Amino acid sequence: MRHEVRFSGFGGQGIILSAVILGRAAVMYDNKHAVQTQVYGPEARGGASMSAVIIDDEPILFPKVTNPDIFVIMSQEGFEKYGSDAPASAVMVLDSSLVHSRPDCRYYEIAATREAKQTLGKDIVANIVMLGALVRSTGIVSVAALEKAILDSVPKGTEALNTKAMKKGIELAEAVMKNGEKKV
Amino acid sequence: MTRTEFWQGNTACAEGALAAGCTFFGGYPITPSTEIAEHMAAKLPKKGGVFIQMEDEIASMASIIGASWTGARSMTATSGPGFSLMMENIGFAAMTETPCVVVNVQRGGPSTGQPTMGAQGDMMQCRFGSHGDYSVIALCPSSVQEMYELTAKAFNLADRYRVPVFLMADEIVGHMREKIIIPDSVEKIPRKELEKGVLPFKAGDDLIPGFATFGKGHHVHVTGLTHDERGYPCATNVNLHHNLVKRLVDKVENARHDLADFSVINPDAEEVFIAYGAPVRAVQQVLHDRPGQDIGFLQIRTVWPFPDFALARFKNARRFLVPELNFGQIAREIERHVNVPVLSIPKLGGDLHLPRELTAVLERGL
Repeated sequence: MRHEVRFSGFGGQGIILSAVILGRAAVMYDNKHAVQTQVYGPEARGGASMSAVIIDDEPILFPKVTNPDIFVIMSQEGFEKYGSDAPASAVMVLDSSLVHSRPDCRYYEIAATREAKQTLGKDIVANIVMLGALVRSTGIVSVAALEKAILDSVPKGTEALNTKAMKKGIELAEAVMKNGEKKV
Repeated sequence: MTRTEFWQGNTACAEGALAAGCTFFGGYPITPSTEIAEHMAAKLPKKGGVFIQMEDEIASMASIIGASWTGARSMTATSGPGFSLMMENIGFAAMTETPCVVVNVQRGGPSTGQPTMGAQGDMMQCRFGSHGDYSVIALCPSSVQEMYELTAKAFNLADRYRVPVFLMADEIVGHMREKIIIPDSVEKIPRKELEKGVLPFKAGDDLIPGFATFGKGHHVHVTGLTHDERGYPCATNVNLHHNLVKRLVDKVENARHDLADFSVINPDAEEVFIAYGAPVRAVQQVLHDRPGQDIGFLQIRTVWPFPDFALARFKNARRFLVPELNFGQIAREIERHVNVPVLSIPKLGGDLHLPRELTAVLERGL
């Protein structure tokens, strides 16, 4: 089953790293195939940044995302540029502390940046909170694979903080699932 | 034991070079090839190799030629604007029969064009970009796996044929990350050393002279001027020049069967796609989505010398469709070899052809 995941936010949030970690989790630890690509241009610094991952059990032929079915959105501008066209069948995980709009599809409100700052003390791990929430809500890769890929990718000395961030994301997604995900 | 990695194409290229025993990298960073230089800068010195950031691409090309004459497997990596600067010394490498590997991660041109967007606009430049007649070898990867494999292979071909070998990648393949299986080791075919007592530019039946590595007592003279078998300039002898340049061309062109690297799918089809590099992936998707045998496909990995005989495998072909990220550079080459229509499907700007765009061309029919 091919899933196309699109990440968007602003430059500096770790939007590209998020996609790399997810792809790495799928390939290295879940024995799946993945292709990661990104919008790679001057606009990626500060403006709306976008990256994408395709995950499939089969080898991936066409490497570019054409019909994303999963969205991870971390800024209002990112929503407007890369999230507002989400089809009704898609799922969106959005950072409700930064995104004001809501899509026409199923969505999870995860206050990742606020939680990262308030309960973890560092808003820089907001993207890892979002990854935890994404994996818990969609099951696109296993939590164990995600955790290993995170630990492979983060700087030495920040492992505990990042693991905590992932778990916070899982917890936040579970809270949303308990209360029923939002539909428009 | 193989191992799995999730790598970017440019990382795979650098790792393929290291696996092949590359010990010298001279280059100047340029988007979208910079990750290759970064990776080599981090890894080569730790393996006893040398990384030099040169002052520009003219010097980069000169540095890998010099390194090669000391016996090193040497490479550089660049993109369009740097590739243009390398042209003069690429001709010097061809004339002096210097093995070296030049990676071009192609971006949109002409000029500085689109630094961050993929293209295949340098396919003819790599074949004919330097002045005078000569021949080269060019390989085109369509996946991260092929970035690794074809880079490693490029070093063997450079040493075997004593020519610059080009890895003509593109931004799409260079920057995407995907699954790659790394072999334990790659095949390394050593350069043929010049035998004592044989003149340094005297070739046998294979048209390739033994290599007079600097520092091994050969006392060879290496010049871009037309030279005799001793290596000394002899620039007014009509026959000598003719024979030398003919040998430079023939040693590659006569080997096109040995050098050919392509895959044939559905050879009985009437409609046949031909692709190399990133557009291969769009064609693969079209074939996957339309199972059956009505669409043929020729994927070419060795674009130069062009494997013209591969076209004859498609005996029923009524039309060749050629998606390229340029205005038909290789479509024109194909046209020279076939008697049926060749339809160029150009796409410029940086996006890959969408599978549905290729399907739409098919459905429009002849």
